[in-house]
Amino acid sequence: MDLSYTPEEEEFRAGLRKWLAGVLPTLPPKPDPLDWPGRRVYDTGWQRRLYDAGYARVHWGASATLRLIFLEETERAGAPYVGANFVGLLHAGPTIAAEGTEEQRARWLEPVLRGDEVWCQGFSEPDAGSDLAALRTRAVRDGDTYVVSGAKIWTSHAEVADWCELLVRTDPDAPKHRGITWLAMPMDAPGITVRPLRTLAGSDEFAQLFLDEVRIPVGHRVGAENDGWRVTMVTLSYERGTAFVGEVVACRRVLVEIARAAHKNGTWDDPVIRHQLGALNAEFTALWRLIQWNVSESERSGGPPGVGGSVFKLRYSHARQELYDAAAAVLGPDALDLGREWTADRLSSLSYTIAAGTSQIQQNIVAERILGLPKGR
Amino acid sequence: MDFQLTDEQRALKTGVREMLARRFDATALRAAVDGGGLDRGLWRALGDAGFFALRLSEEAGGVGLGLPEAVLLFEEAGRALLPGPLIATQLAAGLVEGAAEGATVVTAPDGGLVEWLAEADVVRGDATGAEPIRSADPLTPLHRLPGGGAGGSPERALLTAAEQLGSAGRSTELAVQYAREREQFGQPIGAFQAVKHLCAQMLVRTEVARAAVHAAAVTGDPVEIAGAKLLADEAAVRCARDCLQVYGGMGFTWEAEVHLHLKRAWLRRERWPTPARGRELQAAALEEAM
Ligand SMILES: Cc1cc2nc3c(=O)[nH]c(=O)nc-3n(C[C@H](O)[C@H](O)[C@H](O)COP(=O)(O)OP(=O)(O)OC[C@H]3O[C@@H](n4cnc5c(N)ncnc54)[C@H](O)[C@@H]3O)c2cc1C
Repeated sequence: MDLSYTPEEEEFRAGLRKWLAGVLPTLPPKPDPLDWPGRRVYDTGWQRRLYDAGYARVHWGASATLRLIFLEETERAGAPYVGANFVGLLHAGPTIAAEGTEEQRARWLEPVLRGDEVWCQGFSEPDAGSDLAALRTRAVRDGDTYVVSGAKIWTSHAEVADWCELLVRTDPDAPKHRGITWLAMPMDAPGITVRPLRTLAGSDEFAQLFLDEVRIPVGHRVGAENDGWRVTMVTLSYERGTAFVGEVVACRRVLVEIARAAHKNGTWDDPVIRHQLGALNAEFTALWRLIQWNVSESERSGGPPGVGGSVFKLRYSHARQELYDAAAAVLGPDALDLGREWTADRLSSLSYTIAAGTSQIQQNIVAERILGLPKGR
Repeated sequence: MDFQLTDEQRALKTGVREMLARRFDATALRAAVDGGGLDRGLWRALGDAGFFALRLSEEAGGVGLGLPEAVLLFEEAGRALLPGPLIATQLAAGLVEGAAEGATVVTAPDGGLVEWLAEADVVRGDATGAEPIRSADPLTPLHRLPGGGAGGSPERALLTAAEQLGSAGRSTELAVQYAREREQFGQPIGAFQAVKHLCAQMLVRTEVARAAVHAAAVTGDPVEIAGAKLLADEAAVRCARDCLQVYGGMGFTWEAEVHLHLKRAWLRRERWPTPARGRELQAAALEEAM
């Protein structure tokens, strides 16, 4: 049990702090949260600065501890979040790095790191959400090309993406997990229709994709044909593993801001509210420690993040919702004012127990893979 | 940073678990439940094994280990439902003659209650006016102090949290084992999602509490310790409750181990800081950070 950092790690932290202090005041103003094209420009611009300063690679090449420090410090300094780069940096990138050929890594990784290209994730379908392996988007081989037809839904950032990590069915006769293939689809290919889908928070951050005989070169396949499910599991473990580090740091900051607001408007004197905020302080401290525990574990095992990510995600998604419920209790009638930052954040927190595997699915995973309970029917 | 246990820490944990399985097996547990009183032979054996002298320096005849190791020890004690004023006696090692060796049984008031007052050789703190009550926990005789409890020490709170953590882990383990074996409707009850999800939440609570308790042992920070106890109290009580539910009617029997964990968890929750106090302490820490 050692929570101290090595001198090299501390040096990395100090250097990063110094760099952030210099660069953050030079950033352009933040775009309107509902302006997705504007957000793309902003997010990729930030990524480019990280690249030029040598920090872009921290998401894959570096040790999990350096990544932890990076996410902690950038959040603390109030630096922009990954935003539109989320899929490229945290899903598709790590997958290509782990499973792609040398040529594929050379083609796709650098542009993600430089902020030149944005990715989206085309996994879910109208009839394949939690049961992702039931997906039906068909890919039929025509020489050196896959011809793809079908529909995807909930595709975040689809409107501003250059590439889509796409799951397709290549063998309809095989058992459902064995007929799936992972493809990189250029979003400007003919036959793709993107229809924006408005979220309950009022933003067009995700979309429906309609694919009508979209032609994708066979060379855009990552992993073997029909091996896409295994490739996907690699991606999902990254998603549940370290993707939320920065957010936990942010939640701890927001909690202090909520306490400050409670002091200001007198709700702090209400013991129910005070206790709620106190309990959340213990909760987010513990979640931060759990992240350190999970990071240590993955450093030891050397592989992708383990199922500990499911334990974390279950608790964190719930805690985040409680945090913004507490903010609403402090705000009182102002909690209904969409002009308040916490009101919008409260709305978006509702997606946390659904996206990236619902809480029910995570509980199945914990029960079956960690506790060894029998698989349900 | 390597937050995992070191090889030595793992070995210590396994060693204590094996020792307790030998010295305090199911028969001994039953005897203790049926009112056997404090087993002085066992107390001595714990002393010989270094349980009480763990944190005493080697020059003073102790083992010279720190809070993280003590936490592992008390986790195992909590898991095994080991009876007696273990924490008060360990904290008295080096201060009260015979405590380190397990020759003296030391108790101390905590949260309005005193455990094992009639059997203890030494009381540290003020137990004036303590009246015996019929203890809800068959493994812990209790006296009630007039008025509420005074404050407490972070060390006591941390070791209590460690016991709660061990108990939460054991309740989870019991529930999972039972869910695998017990069949209804032609299948193990663990195949039903309602049961599965109870078990998953038990594990989540335990692992979050573990991260909190272990980190608090490393930093020794009083606020972090208070937060760890808050989470460990909740984990121990909730896991025992859910375990009882998974056990069905069997869980409501005197014979099953389940109720012993619940009752002990309730008792430890009353030790300082109680959840209400803990939340106030956390709120005060937020005020500091403002
Ligand atoms: C904000 C947001 C962004 C998203 N971004 C993307 C994206 O970029 N790309 C992408 O591919 N997808 C994305 N998704 C989709 C997301 O992965 C799915 O919504 C999620 O996996 C759940 O699938 P579903 O919506 O079809 O719900 P369903 O699977 O229909 O589930 C409905 C309810 O049934 C429960 N349920 C289903 N199966 C079980 C079971 N076996 N046991 C117990 N309960 C069960 C669920 O827990 C849920 O409560 C996003 C979703 C959101 C909310």
